[in-house]
Amino acid sequence: MSEPRGGRGASKPRRRISPVFVLGELLITVGVLFALFVLWHAWFNDFVVDSKLHEASLQQSQQWQKDETSVAHGTPEAPPVLGTPAASSVFGLMIVPRFGADYYRPIAEGTGTKAVLNLGEIGHYPKSEMPGAVGNFAVAAHRTSYGKPFNQISSLMVGDHIYVETVDGWYDYVFRNLEYVRPTAIGVIAPVPQIDGATPTDRYMTMTSCNPLFSSAERIVAYSVFNRFYPRADGPPDDIAATVAGGA
Amino acid sequence: MYAALWRKLPGPWWVRSLILFAGFVALMVVCVLWIFPLVEPYFAPIDVTVDV
Repeated sequence: MSEPRGGRGASKPRRRISPVFVLGELLITVGVLFALFVLWHAWFNDFVVDSKLHEASLQQSQQWQKDETSVAHGTPEAPPVLGTPAASSVFGLMIVPRFGADYYRPIAEGTGTKAVLNLGEIGHYPKSEMPGAVGNFAVAAHRTSYGKPFNQISSLMVGDHIYVETVDGWYDYVFRNLEYVRPTAIGVIAPVPQIDGATPTDRYMTMTSCNPLFSSAERIVAYSVFNRFYPRADGPPDDIAATVAGGA
Repeated sequence: MYAALWRKLPGPWWVRSLILFAGFVALMVVCVLWIFPLVEPYFAPIDVTVDV
């Protein structure tokens, strides 16, 4: 800031504050704040949301463990099916060993952006089936930001187990394949995915998220089929026991 | 603006630096706790659901 200015004022020790300077500094300040916002949004906030939801899931699971009376038993082949939950209420938890041993996320009713998805929760399409029902249990979640529950969705491999925990126990779905579709492809959440009007005889799960990363141009879809049910009374399956116990 | 602020602050250079640093940290705390969550819904909404 020691450049000579117009021939006068060379003897003046203090310059007057120029409006252009102030404007420039304000613009730089705003720019830096925007950059910090982006960092916070894409990265820092995920840590906060992550740990909060992991903690909430553990507490929910322990609460269910205590609520023995409300537990429906069912059998591994014929699982109990929950009634329709209240809008935005958490009725399930998702555990995916492929996403890490500490992956434990709430599933809430509805796919509202503010009410469910932006809280970092996984949203259940209200018109789709509940876990364990014949037909399609369809959910959606963010792949980037907001705790990014489905961030690693593209890393799923054939045969990976995806567990949905409810008050009754653990529904074991096995991952089959990914599909990339347009945002209007509602066939992916049909009772038999992508077959319009077909009557289901199997139990499916559809997970949808955004594709590519940080964009809404397309949707990434993960399909799984129901394998078996683990009643709560018999405890969780071995591969997620540590996650459920919170020791991960 | 910032040059004027620097001149107005009391003490030697390291005291001024400390004051500015504390001010920056305070600003960050306010941003992360209140301002960023407040403006978040207005930026980059990303859809994850299929819909007609």
